[in-house]
Amino acid sequence: MTNAEMYNSRIVITGVGLTSPIGNSLPDLRANLLAGKSGVTRFETRYMPPVLAGVCNFDALRHQKRKEVRRGTRAGSIAVYCANEAVNDTGLEWENVEKDRVGVYLGITEHGNVETENEIFEIGKFGYDTSVWSHHHNPRTVANNPAGEVTLSLGVTGPHLTVGAACAAGNAGFIQGLQMLRLGEVDMAIAGGVSESIHTFGIFASFKSQNALAHHDTPSKACRPFDTDRTGIVVAEGGAICTLERLPDALARGAKIYGEIVGHAMNSDATDFVLPDRNRQAQCVELALKRAGMTPQDIDIVSSHATATEQGDIEESSALAKIFKDHPNVAINNTKSFIGHAMGAAGAIELLGNIPAFDDGMAHATINLDHLDPNVPLTQIVANEPRQLDSIDCILNNSFGMLGINSVLIVKRYQD
Amino acid sequence: MAPEQIRQVVLDILARIAPDEDLSDLDDAVAFRDQMELDSMDFLDIVMELRKAYRVQIPEEDYENLVTMDSTVAYLTPLLKDVNA
Repeated sequence: MTNAEMYNSRIVITGVGLTSPIGNSLPDLRANLLAGKSGVTRFETRYMPPVLAGVCNFDALRHQKRKEVRRGTRAGSIAVYCANEAVNDTGLEWENVEKDRVGVYLGITEHGNVETENEIFEIGKFGYDTSVWSHHHNPRTVANNPAGEVTLSLGVTGPHLTVGAACAAGNAGFIQGLQMLRLGEVDMAIAGGVSESIHTFGIFASFKSQNALAHHDTPSKACRPFDTDRTGIVVAEGGAICTLERLPDALARGAKIYGEIVGHAMNSDATDFVLPDRNRQAQCVELALKRAGMTPQDIDIVSSHATATEQGDIEESSALAKIFKDHPNVAINNTKSFIGHAMGAAGAIELLGNIPAFDDGMAHATINLDHLDPNVPLTQIVANEPRQLDSIDCILNNSFGMLGINSVLIVKRYQD
Repeated sequence: MAPEQIRQVVLDILARIAPDEDLSDLDDAVAFRDQMELDSMDFLDIVMELRKAYRVQIPEEDYENLVTMDSTVAYLTPLLKDVNA
């Protein structure tokens, strides 16, 4: 690759939009992460007792008409909100942007379960008469729905697709956008991840049957990654979307640059439907470091994936312990302890919530870590209180999912 | 149901499927589509809501009767004559 090609292959984040259970903007999310505020609440779901969940309260009508909210999906609304916020954040005059050179790439864990459950519930009121099955079902449940709703909202005529990647999807959306920019397929990628999963009872019921659904009398204490008293996963909804651009384009227009994606990797365990594999996770981290031309010592913050399941926590922490054994000062944190597991949005929210660390110099904490599991061989976890670091230049973001899918992203403070 | 009651039923359905529209000055003699944003999927919502609420099956060849409020009420009146409001 020539120097010019390498320069053109540098991809930067130039706009951010998000909704999470503790904030509908990056400043709000960051403030609540540093303040140790939980977003987990009790939540009514169908057929089963109330569960614990991370619930968003963004104003959908900020970027959609009421009819659009009604016609679309919750994931679509989340995506439209986040994408519009990200585009507004770029400072671009959107009407002057060539929309056929913009692509939308959104990671999802699943899509369609919410609408399918709703329709089955609805026709149940009519003796399962399928003639009252909604004509909206198909456009709501096609797998590209959330990304497609973004194109409708923003008038994007370039490519759009969702990336189905279980809970590795947030990173996968960014990676897809990065790759399309490098291929020259688009000049801007609207990329990230979204999730509406709390609106399907099935995800709660399935985790419950798997003995992996969190419970706690105090909702804010329910999500406890790395802690001996963990009880499992808290499911959350949310979304986080960035605008990604090639560095020369961003510099040419004087764009604000949040950071540069300098490393990425995805791989597969090929071992089990649900159980993670520390060896493949470690290989994924190592590949991302190699592509970034970095060593573990270059990383300042590791945003862990840990979901507060025993095996998941132990496998990931073992992988991290192997790689970062000679880096006692790396700050390892976890966002799920605050908001729960935002599924397809998790990796994206967790990465973006750490990005302001480049400016404020803080590593946010992992809350609810009262008794570190002795099987978690890590000494670098930022427990309960944020940690001030001397300097923060590099963040490594883990995101893993079922069927053994692993993704790692490395974002660096932008420097010439 | 009397025609005026049927008109209100249809108006309520329109309010649900087109919540951004001001229906206060709807002209009953003018096509719905000429005075509000209503596409084919919305139109099917009208058919579906009537089916769910009153078990009225409206065959596709009769959709032309649902163009205006006047024609819709006229079409539905015999179908809903035995339905209590």
